[in-house]
Amino acid sequence: MIKTNMPLRMVKDKASQGLVFLFSVLLAIPLMVILFYVVKNGLGVMSWTFLTHLPKPVGESGGGISNAIVGTLILVGLASLVSIPMGIFTGIYLSEYGNTKTAKYVRLCVEVLQGIPSIVIGIVAYVWVVVTLGHFSAISGGVALGMMMLPVITLSTEETIKLIPKTLKEASLALGVPYYRTMLSVILPTGLNGILTGALLGISRVAGETAPLLFTAFGSPFMNANITKPIQSLPLLIFNYSTSPYEEWQKLGWGASFLLISMIFCLSLITKGVTRKR
Amino acid sequence: MWTDRLQFFEIMFKKTLQVFAVLVCVLLGGIFLTLLVKSLPAIVSQGIRFVTGKEWDPVMGNFGAIPFVEGTLITSFVALLISIPFSLSIAIFLGEYFKQTWFSSVIKSIVELLAGIPSVVYGFFGLFVLVPFVRSLETPLGITPYGVGIFSAALILALMIVPYSASMSREVIALVPSDLKEAAYSLGATRYEVLRYIILPYASSGIFAGTLLALGRAMGETMAVTMVIGNSNLIPESLFGPGNTMASVIANEFTEATDKVHLASLIELGLYLFVITVVINSVGRYIISKFTIETQTQ
Amino acid sequence: MNQEILKIQNLNVYIGDTHIVKDISMGFLRKNITAVMGPSGCGKTTLIRCINRMHELIPTAKVTGEITLYGRDLYAFNPIYVRRKIGMVFQRPNPFPTMSIYDNVLAGYQLNGVSLTRQEKDHIVQDALKKAALWEEVKDNLHRKGTFLSGGQQQRLCIARALAMKPKILLMDEPTSALDPKATSHIEELLIELKKSVTIVIVTHNIAQASRISDSTAFLYMGELVEYESTKKMFTVPKDKRTEEYLIGKFG
Repeated sequence: MIKTNMPLRMVKDKASQGLVFLFSVLLAIPLMVILFYVVKNGLGVMSWTFLTHLPKPVGESGGGISNAIVGTLILVGLASLVSIPMGIFTGIYLSEYGNTKTAKYVRLCVEVLQGIPSIVIGIVAYVWVVVTLGHFSAISGGVALGMMMLPVITLSTEETIKLIPKTLKEASLALGVPYYRTMLSVILPTGLNGILTGALLGISRVAGETAPLLFTAFGSPFMNANITKPIQSLPLLIFNYSTSPYEEWQKLGWGASFLLISMIFCLSLITKGVTRKR
Repeated sequence: MWTDRLQFFEIMFKKTLQVFAVLVCVLLGGIFLTLLVKSLPAIVSQGIRFVTGKEWDPVMGNFGAIPFVEGTLITSFVALLISIPFSLSIAIFLGEYFKQTWFSSVIKSIVELLAGIPSVVYGFFGLFVLVPFVRSLETPLGITPYGVGIFSAALILALMIVPYSASMSREVIALVPSDLKEAAYSLGATRYEVLRYIILPYASSGIFAGTLLALGRAMGETMAVTMVIGNSNLIPESLFGPGNTMASVIANEFTEATDKVHLASLIELGLYLFVITVVINSVGRYIISKFTIETQTQ
Repeated sequence: MNQEILKIQNLNVYIGDTHIVKDISMGFLRKNITAVMGPSGCGKTTLIRCINRMHELIPTAKVTGEITLYGRDLYAFNPIYVRRKIGMVFQRPNPFPTMSIYDNVLAGYQLNGVSLTRQEKDHIVQDALKKAALWEEVKDNLHRKGTFLSGGQQQRLCIARALAMKPKILLMDEPTSALDPKATSHIEELLIELKKSVTIVIVTHNIAQASRISDSTAFLYMGELVEYESTKKMFTVPKDKRTEEYLIGKFG
């Protein structure tokens, strides 16, 4: 009979389980603290004025962040405009020609693109658009965010299409439907939920980005819908106001944080809803 | 004939797909070339001093990147060190111990929420809550109570990369074949023993790759770090002293850099960040894809 | 009446370096059911996929030889044209999940950009569903998605979808292998009814099925056409030893 130290083994077993449990649960504390502060300081700032008015000059209380809300929507919209179609096409390519040598390089490029720090993307958008136009602009911010969205959408489109049964494609082709119509009218609609999830993921990834906007969209105290002019965004506003010495502005910053986090959490809830429907 | 027109559309469609795909590669190449060309003035004027110099003085035209390289390495490695017990625990929690229980869905939500908080909000929180807290710890310890500094930045950074490395490790742990685990259990192994002698050794290369990718993230993270690191262009004197990372100095000085060499030096920092993350990502992805293929062929 | 409408001559198929179909020549009689049977991996599926050129989806597939429909070389046309004339039904029912039953039947027209009037559409749908013996079961739910149907119903929907294009030939690749016995016998009855209007080529690994429904049977083994004979003859006096062994269950 082999003898083992059973009590010791059981203790080790329980201890490891306890440690894993402890560390996992511990992580909830910082989350709670962050959310607590954001809600505590941000919820009080929420009001109709906050959402619909422009910021007041230093020294005056009140005012709102409507310019940043509109700016964020415009920036995200601009980013989606190019990156969603491009991401979908690249995703189709990867799923259809995934085993060719070119596709392997393309996939590597997409994954590397996903890993590039956002500040570096900001530099590149600065050189490409800001230097060319001669000034900061919403469009340069859109380009920067678009580059960050592209890999997310590409990879999720690829995953989605790979999961669609091959037989569906065959059924369509066997009816004499051309390949391009098969992909666009049968495969894409079938994978719509997954692709939508990818787009929402991409949007929630860039909606909170600040670094690539510092020297592209730059920020602006005014309401602006002209995409060739500098534009404010929620994360930029949070950065500027939180590092400012004025308490009024810091308050607006907390309010903006609350709003931004709520927006991103709502987006991920919607994403989950879409995924579940699938 | 109508089939000729269809043939044309077919070819056009396939070409369009290819063009978009190649465009992504061109984009990546373009990013690299842009960074390289735009940092040429600094490469020419500073030469090797850029990577060996310990002094960053825009007024005097001295651009030595050592303080930022050190700042980046220290913050990200400390952050990684702090995050590993948490991310590994969560990966084991979700991937093995409490797989698919209601409790794991709670932990999963916590991780997802942490991942969803924007960097700038982490920074905001760090500045107003964490920094005063660290300062209050520093005073009794007899350390100069900056509050802001490398340590605070590493703490925030650790919190930010936990969700990322946890989800990477969890995927890898989930790939460990269940018949291996069952074989060990049937020999009378405890859960700890299965974890220690079967799962972790099997998944080690994948976990390593996930950690590497998390390191890449930490090195490039900008906003939260910028807001709490203290923005000092000197070599950090201690773990608690202020400093700057490559990313944070770009964020701080880019819009103020009027001098051509200064701007080019900042872009050169960006170039190195780019190269480092490209290398880290390629290696990490390669290990993970190899790991995935191995587990699938078994 | 008994005219060969589809003819295969010296067909060889290679996928990569593997020789899948070896020098097969055979003709298919009009308004007949021809069964192609053989153990799995014998090339029967590849053979019929060459008829509507679905093998071209595999980039490494190479084909030599000739397939003619009414004496005209199928490989001289665009594959899209060929596939509209030769319908196909697959192993697993695969209705389009995003479309209603009605749209599924019309998919061949709509995806090909053919515009139809409301009456034409209604007529095609009703006609095809009736031919596929599905009309009575779904006529009140035409605009619901096809996913609530049972496997057998879904397969009949796929048959209706293929029939709606009014194909000259209907290729069926083990159409009942994913179905239960009841649904299978339902489809078999349907096929016997269908051969009044369309020529059917059915791949099956089910010997009993071949004997029940087909007029003539081809036996493939290792990519070769071992025997091609009227079903009655083959099942009573097989000429080749391998056929006999297969029929009594020696392999596969």
